[in-house]
Amino acid sequence: MKRAGFDTIWLPMALLIPQLMIIAIFFYWPAGWALQSSFFLQDPFGFGSTFVGAENYTSLLGNDQYKRVAGFTILYSVLVTFFSLAIALLLAVKADKVIKGAKTYRTLLMWVYAIAPPVAGFLGILFFDQSTGPLTKFFQMFGWDFKLGVDYNATATAMVIVAVWKQIPVNFIFFLSGLQSIPRSVREAAMIDNRSATGRFWQVTFPLLAPTAFFLLIINITYALFDTFGIIDALMKGEPGNNPMTLVYKVYLDGFRGNDLGGSSAQSVVLMALVLLLTVFQFRLVERRIHYT
Amino acid sequence: MAQVSLEGIRKVYPNGFRAVQTTSFTIQDGEFVVLVGPSGCGKSTLLRMIAGLEEITEGVLKIGDRVVNDVDPADRDIAMVFQNYALYPHMTVRKNIGYGLKNRGTPAAAIDAKVQDAARMLNLTEYLDRKPAQLSGGQRQRVAMGRAVVRDPALFLFDEPLSNLDAKLRNQMRIEIKALQRRLGTTAVYVTHDQVEAMTMADRIIVLNEGRIEQIGTPSEIYHNPASTFVASFMGAPPMNLIKAELDQQSVRINGCRDLIHAPQSFDGPVTLGIRPEDVEVDEQGLVSFHVDILEELGAHRLLHGRIANQPFSVMLGKDDAAQVGETKINLKPEALRLFDRETGLRL
Ligand SMILES: Nc1ncnc2c1ncn2[C@@H]1O[C@H](COP(=O)(O)OP(=O)(O)O)[C@@H](O)[C@H]1O
Ligand SMILES: [Mg+2]
Repeated sequence: MKRAGFDTIWLPMALLIPQLMIIAIFFYWPAGWALQSSFFLQDPFGFGSTFVGAENYTSLLGNDQYKRVAGFTILYSVLVTFFSLAIALLLAVKADKVIKGAKTYRTLLMWVYAIAPPVAGFLGILFFDQSTGPLTKFFQMFGWDFKLGVDYNATATAMVIVAVWKQIPVNFIFFLSGLQSIPRSVREAAMIDNRSATGRFWQVTFPLLAPTAFFLLIINITYALFDTFGIIDALMKGEPGNNPMTLVYKVYLDGFRGNDLGGSSAQSVVLMALVLLLTVFQFRLVERRIHYT
Repeated sequence: MAQVSLEGIRKVYPNGFRAVQTTSFTIQDGEFVVLVGPSGCGKSTLLRMIAGLEEITEGVLKIGDRVVNDVDPADRDIAMVFQNYALYPHMTVRKNIGYGLKNRGTPAAAIDAKVQDAARMLNLTEYLDRKPAQLSGGQRQRVAMGRAVVRDPALFLFDEPLSNLDAKLRNQMRIEIKALQRRLGTTAVYVTHDQVEAMTMADRIIVLNEGRIEQIGTPSEIYHNPASTFVASFMGAPPMNLIKAELDQQSVRINGCRDLIHAPQSFDGPVTLGIRPEDVEVDEQGLVSFHVDILEELGAHRLLHGRIANQPFSVMLGKDDAAQVGETKINLKPEALRLFDRETGLRL
């Protein structure tokens, strides 16, 4: 077999350099810097720093507020991941049955994907506006005096709803193309073998969607943990006060508002470890199975 | 086991395409019927209507004594083998075969026994715990067969089940499927575009063309007495020779030639004359002149391809008959002559 190759090592190296530089400057360098500063206590007024060893980490463990935020982050991620996957799957299954107008559906849903998170957050603010927001009125119908940015539960609910709404299109597109890649004859064979449509869905369709679903699960957890920053920032209107927040938001808050760079760095190192863990988990499982052909 | 009857069945697809024209026929209990025709003639559409996978636009479909037009595919007591096998990729062979039984509430022990039986019958026993991706094409085909036979349905439906196999395996499976159907005595409808499969497997053949039935008959009837020039040219390899001729009472005059042949029936006017290549003899004293262009050596016999009065014509000879390229004389066996209307292509 003939293999294309380079005569010297220099050209491929030169071609790789821009990419490597981007990774180094925007990832490794700040990551290394965060790791280093997580062992120091910065003077709030910028007059030098003192080495404190693992103290920034141990104090996280004892910090009640940190634990509360971590608890909320877990709950938030679970809810956002679950609802954005479940609703998207439901929509995809419905859209898959529609042959006419399927393109229109897809395009309409894709628009939401193109909205930047902070903009989604501001749209959320409109929806949850104290006096004119339709969703505020909706909750008021059920006797819930919905106060965005004031009431902890109200803000949390809004954060979940906006984050889910923003993420549904991506999941929908993946689920729909997953559904459409299942051979028609396999579904027809199942129609002859099984009378129940629900049974067919869970025993044939869903297992064949599993690779897609698993991939999306990881994507969605990552999204809920990290990419919802803009939504959260917009919805709490810059007033952390009594509002819920996720760990990523707290890193920003402690580091840039609270000027506790050491503590904030320690928190971001913890988050980096979490991402690493998720990635390893994903690769291991993807390698292991869930491919059928 | 059951009789299947189609009464005035028609199919118009939602886009307005008329895939099957009004069609009626009955399949006897235990009969093996082959639907054959060129690609796109509506074979699959017809089969899928019987299966319940495609809505019937008009007409009545009965399986046994029951009208099944509005019956769910799972409740029609049918089993279907698909061209690409349509196995469930995430299930083992065992689960694939047993899935239909499980959903019909068969007890686990009974499912197991039936799956074992089917697997033994199809030489799949050692593959029961594999997934379809770990099987060869022929083995997948067997699993698809197993999935059908294990349920002991009233009716087997096959949609080109052998067309993804290589020629050798195809010949072998052809015989096995036929033998299996004989043994089980289950009514079967088999769709193929391959006339050899149709001829060898069928009790009765239904020849379809552009959504219409051209002819229904036993393989021998279809072969020897084609109802139209379409059937004559579609069935048999090489196909029946079809040449333009004039008929005057019982005398046939082949276009532009003076040769006269005695026809088996009387008619006046232009006709299409049909004769199978094996019903022609090479004879020094023959009445018809035949120009041989190509000689094809096939071992068991020889094919001469050439022209009669500038119309393509083929002759099949035994392996011991002498033949050579160039001008020669032939005789057409009078009793083998078939006459078709020049305009409509229908048998006279
Ligand atoms: N869902 C459909 N909508 C419109 N036309 C169809 C559809 N399915 C098949 N056809 C058309 O109907 C004709 C018969 O199709 P089919 O029964 O699959 O042919 P065959 O199996 O004989 O090759 C073809 O011309 C095909 O293009
Ligand atoms: Mg077909």
